[in-house]
Amino acid sequence: MFRDATLVAAKDLRIEWRSRVGINQIAPFALLILVLFAFALGPDGGLLSKATPGLYWVAVLLCGLLAVQRSFAVEASDGATDALRLSGIEPSALFLGKTAAVLVQILALDLVLLLGVTILYGTTFTGWVLVAGTVLSASVGIAAAGTLYGVLAAGLRVRETLLPLLLLPVLAPVLIGSTRAFEAALAGTTSEGWLWFGLLSVFALMYIAAGAALFGPLLEEA
Amino acid sequence: MTTELQAESGPRGAAESAHVPTIDPGPHSTSSPATRALGIAVLAGFAMLAYLGLAGTPEDRVQGELVRLLYVHPQSATVAYLGCFLATTGSVMYLWKRSLWWDLVAHSTAEIGAVFTAFALLTGMLWGRPSWGTYWVWDARLTSTAMLMLLLLGYLALRKLPGDPDVRARQSAIVGLLLVPNVILVRQSVTWWRTLHQAPTLSLPGAEIEGLLLFTMMFGFAVFSGLFLWLTIHRFRVAWLVRQVDELAVNEAITARIAEGTSR
Amino acid sequence: MDPVIHLDAAVALLGRFPALAGVDLDVAPGEIVLVQGPNGAGKSTLLRLCAGLVPLSSGVGTVLGADLRRERRRLRRRVGYLGHAAGLYDELTVHDNVVFWTRAAGADPADAERAMAAFGLDQRLRSVEVAKLSAGQRRRTALAVLVARRPEVWLLDEPHAALDTETRDLLDSVVLDAARAGATVLVATHEHERAAAMAQRTVTLAGGIVTADTGRSAVDTATTEGRRVP
Repeated sequence: MFRDATLVAAKDLRIEWRSRVGINQIAPFALLILVLFAFALGPDGGLLSKATPGLYWVAVLLCGLLAVQRSFAVEASDGATDALRLSGIEPSALFLGKTAAVLVQILALDLVLLLGVTILYGTTFTGWVLVAGTVLSASVGIAAAGTLYGVLAAGLRVRETLLPLLLLPVLAPVLIGSTRAFEAALAGTTSEGWLWFGLLSVFALMYIAAGAALFGPLLEEA
Repeated sequence: MTTELQAESGPRGAAESAHVPTIDPGPHSTSSPATRALGIAVLAGFAMLAYLGLAGTPEDRVQGELVRLLYVHPQSATVAYLGCFLATTGSVMYLWKRSLWWDLVAHSTAEIGAVFTAFALLTGMLWGRPSWGTYWVWDARLTSTAMLMLLLLGYLALRKLPGDPDVRARQSAIVGLLLVPNVILVRQSVTWWRTLHQAPTLSLPGAEIEGLLLFTMMFGFAVFSGLFLWLTIHRFRVAWLVRQVDELAVNEAITARIAEGTSR
Repeated sequence: MDPVIHLDAAVALLGRFPALAGVDLDVAPGEIVLVQGPNGAGKSTLLRLCAGLVPLSSGVGTVLGADLRRERRRLRRRVGYLGHAAGLYDELTVHDNVVFWTRAAGADPADAERAMAAFGLDQRLRSVEVAKLSAGQRRRTALAVLVARRPEVWLLDEPHAALDTETRDLLDSVVLDAARAGATVLVATHEHERAAAMAQRTVTLAGGIVTADTGRSAVDTATTEGRRVP
């Protein structure tokens, strides 16, 4: 089962490496969002630095959406979804594999955005352990929930508009938790931050379990 | 309130059909003696509630007439969450038993639950405007209810997509099954968000609730639940009839298809 | 002997459209069946139904003993389906695709190499991205995957389309070999002469139902004489 998951994850990452959509399109989009926020909130008045945690995680959410959409767009071309079903791979292995691949891409985007906010917004991060923990648990949650709802939307003609409507309310706890954890890390009140880390971990575990269990039925209809 | 539906029977195609329509002839309207009785009881209940709420109970020392929203706002919010809970239950049961009945329960409770959620948000805003000066505050309860609305709207958007109803039922059941866990996670995170820093909590109900006020509140819960039940039953029946019409259309399509093929 | 494919008044819906409106069909193990019929008759849907890709809406249907309503997943690795779409990843090379799909199906990677060699894909084309292949080359790659998986049931939808004569002959011989080894084959095609020489039985589909079925012929000429690749 993990062998199959690794096979699928490796395949997705190999496709990403060959097509470079993440590097060429999604990462620049992430930086673009940061710049747009700067236009919207102005460099003066300290709004940007105050809002950095929130802006960072909104950017991650939006880019995560793109990464999930891309993950399934790859399957949609030339009937690969049918072939995946026919291959007999355990759906839970397929779920774990695709989630892992999306996770790697989101973590890469996290790095880009961390660099982005440090440079563009002048943020200085403290509490690195909390920051790392938050980034990891939140990204796992986003990847898992995204892959589950992504396969649902993948088979629909309205996938581009329905996926955000379904997924973003579900990810609201991740946005709240990760933003508060970042704020705690920046302010030095890390104990509260770890409380939020706990919430993010519960979310991530729940969606890994839910995804592994529910991916199969949803794949059949995709 | 009745909904009449003429069930068209018999193929319009030219060929003799060997396929007997498998639909249940069933009822031609969505009301029944039971729902009529329930409807009358609910109407009477609302009349009573209106009297108690507007005239029978005194105004609050602090909030004035505004406190009367106490008899509708928490009630509609509670029923909204009840609807969400039932939608999840229906979804789980559908995934387990695969019966149409549970699928329709999930659909109708989610939809009527969304109506009550909207009403709860509306009454919350009506309460808020005079009390706090703004229509909206990001307090834990109101925000959670707004998130519930968004989750339900997502479920309903999926539900209403055209296509094979069985496929839609299975997909919606999975989204529906996750509604309650999502609501719990959202509520928890929103509550921590608004309370961990001891932000001034702008809670709505008054401090002492006893006697006639308490009774009216409880009575309000009962009446709102009755209304929810009445609306859900009708919505359920409409959904059921829609499915029957769909089955009929499929049977006709099968007949037409065979006719087209054998006439060559 | 139990039929490999058993369909009784099978109805399959695509959306709300009844692509199959009551198909009766029994196929014994090792048979090669040609499925013919006008466009829109439901040939593709019939193959997809037998592959377990489309659920059975009403009627009875089993393939390899698995119920087509409830147990479609059991079929997955035992059935091979070649549809209009090749089921390949454009961004990956021929080699990457064949290896991935073979491993995904739990088949032996050595079979993948053999299949690629058989279809002429192991030389220059090996490291070419699928996006750059012609339609015929893509078909060959998909066929290589199918062959490498050694399924018990082969479902081929217009397999000869876009193939040159040499590859068509290769395909025919591969199919005959598979049937000789015990696989059951359903081929939907408009290439009547070619398929008739290969298939023992012709089933005609129209309007979503079976309108003609030649059944098993008394003498299996195709398999006893064999077909030689020139």
